[in-house]
Amino acid sequence: MPTDSRFSRLPVSEKGLVSICIEGQTVTALEGESVAAAVLQAGVRPTRTTPVTDTGRAPYCMMGVCFDCLMEIDGKPNTQACMTEVRDGMVVKIQLGARQVSGGDL
Amino acid sequence: MNANQFELVIIGAGPAGMSAASTAAKQGLKVLLIDEQKRPGGQIYRNISSPVLKDKQILGRDYYYGEKLLTAFEGAGVTYLSGATVWEVTADNVLYVSVNGESQRFEFNKLLIATGAQERPAPFPGWTLPGVMTCGAAQILLKTSGLTPPGPVVVAGSGPLLLLIACQLIRAGIKIEAILDTTPAKNYRSALPEFLGALKGWRFLLKGVRMLAELRKAGIRQLSGVSGLSANQDESGTLSTVTYFHKGRQQTISCSSLLVHQGVIPSTQLTRSLGLAHVWDEVQKCWKPELNKRGQSSHPDILVAGDSAGIGGALAAELQGKLAVFEVVRQLNASAAGNNAIEQEKAIRELQQQLVIRPFLDRLYSPADEFLLPPDETIVCRCEEVTAGEIRSLANQGCSGPNQTKAFCRAGMGPCQGRQCGTSVSALLADELQATPGQVGYYNIRPPIKPLTLGELAAIGNTDSNS
Repeated sequence: MPTDSRFSRLPVSEKGLVSICIEGQTVTALEGESVAAAVLQAGVRPTRTTPVTDTGRAPYCMMGVCFDCLMEIDGKPNTQACMTEVRDGMVVKIQLGARQVSGGDL
Repeated sequence: MNANQFELVIIGAGPAGMSAASTAAKQGLKVLLIDEQKRPGGQIYRNISSPVLKDKQILGRDYYYGEKLLTAFEGAGVTYLSGATVWEVTADNVLYVSVNGESQRFEFNKLLIATGAQERPAPFPGWTLPGVMTCGAAQILLKTSGLTPPGPVVVAGSGPLLLLIACQLIRAGIKIEAILDTTPAKNYRSALPEFLGALKGWRFLLKGVRMLAELRKAGIRQLSGVSGLSANQDESGTLSTVTYFHKGRQQTISCSSLLVHQGVIPSTQLTRSLGLAHVWDEVQKCWKPELNKRGQSSHPDILVAGDSAGIGGALAAELQGKLAVFEVVRQLNASAAGNNAIEQEKAIRELQQQLVIRPFLDRLYSPADEFLLPPDETIVCRCEEVTAGEIRSLANQGCSGPNQTKAFCRAGMGPCQGRQCGTSVSALLADELQATPGQVGYYNIRPPIKPLTLGELAAIGNTDSNS
């Protein structure tokens, strides 16, 4: 039975590394890669739940088209994880349903 | 001309955009290239400026060919705005861009849209489950991060990109449980008359033959004529198995990753939002902007090149980008246009050579009906979770087009703004109403074409006062 949902890293050329926190778990990511890639490597899925039926979703298109990778990144909800580059110290959380209107950055 | 004013603004830094920018700089035009990604390359040459994989064999020569385009582009000295999302272009030649949470305003004489393609949204039961992603997405993860999906991996669908990603994953040492080829048997018959013409594009055919041989050699289980595809979940709501029909029998295989693909279609969000005329392409089963032979849209100052003008592939896009700039030069300064005549004719010949394979490919890889007209219970609008059955039922209650169904059921009203459901909703309505997608039409796309915060909107005032 499928158990491990983590994407695996092939041998890569020399890259800088950054540390980000995904759902409380600290992971190492490649400088310049997307938050969505880091999240998939960490094996986090689902990465959001839908506003309509609270169903789990995960990155689907990886190119900014489907909006299924919406996550809360550094406190900003509904952010496209596939279009956001990782930054050292970033805090990433699963987006649960719709965003709250009371968010700091409208 | 002030700093925010350009003779030519190009949107998209893929093959068409990069090639157009280099050509335009050589022609002495003041050019701005805007791209949504942080680094140039588009999707096909994604991340080509800092390739990640140690083993260059995995992605293959066609990917690293992009370095040539990149070098030319970087040497051209074009103003380049990356990580920038265009969210509105107005009819009076002004465009608004959001960069790092702030909006900027630019003016242009001519605009070249080279926003490329997206994978065809091809709904089937279970396509929204975590664990299901497109073949293109898996390839982007290889290109940008050197990441491979967790096994067991199953690949399902139809088209050249599907074969390519399967080969790339195999070269990366990933085991593929099965390739479920959904190409309908009837396509081989409808593509056959185009085969002789396609022989002129033998280099492309040879690539296809080599990929198939590579898959066979690797001993991958390839099933053709697969139908009734559905992805199933475990109790945690994640993908666990895929079910399909093959040779009349239903079968199920366990998988952790299901990579799906049904070809690519032009990305028309921007051209739609500009109110440009679009046509339905019955062979490629997609919408595309209505253009004349020179890439001119229904707006006198807007041209479209590359896959966003109609699917032709990366090499065709590169040539189209170049040709579009020659047209821009002709329009801006007719007396200078003659200087490019020889180069232009050469590019036109090469473009014809690139496109000679298309009639065959388009027919062979035309998606099966089940992905265009999915079963009732299938979600078609991923954002608002509207099913095919709901769209059919609205058609039967008198809805005559997608803008009406949108008002009744919200399909197309979520954050993706119809990018994932637009073609399906038009196709479903056309089928129910016994019309063509061209007759039932498409969503009215309005700016902002990507969600933006009120803060970004408010910041425009500052840039305006700067200019």
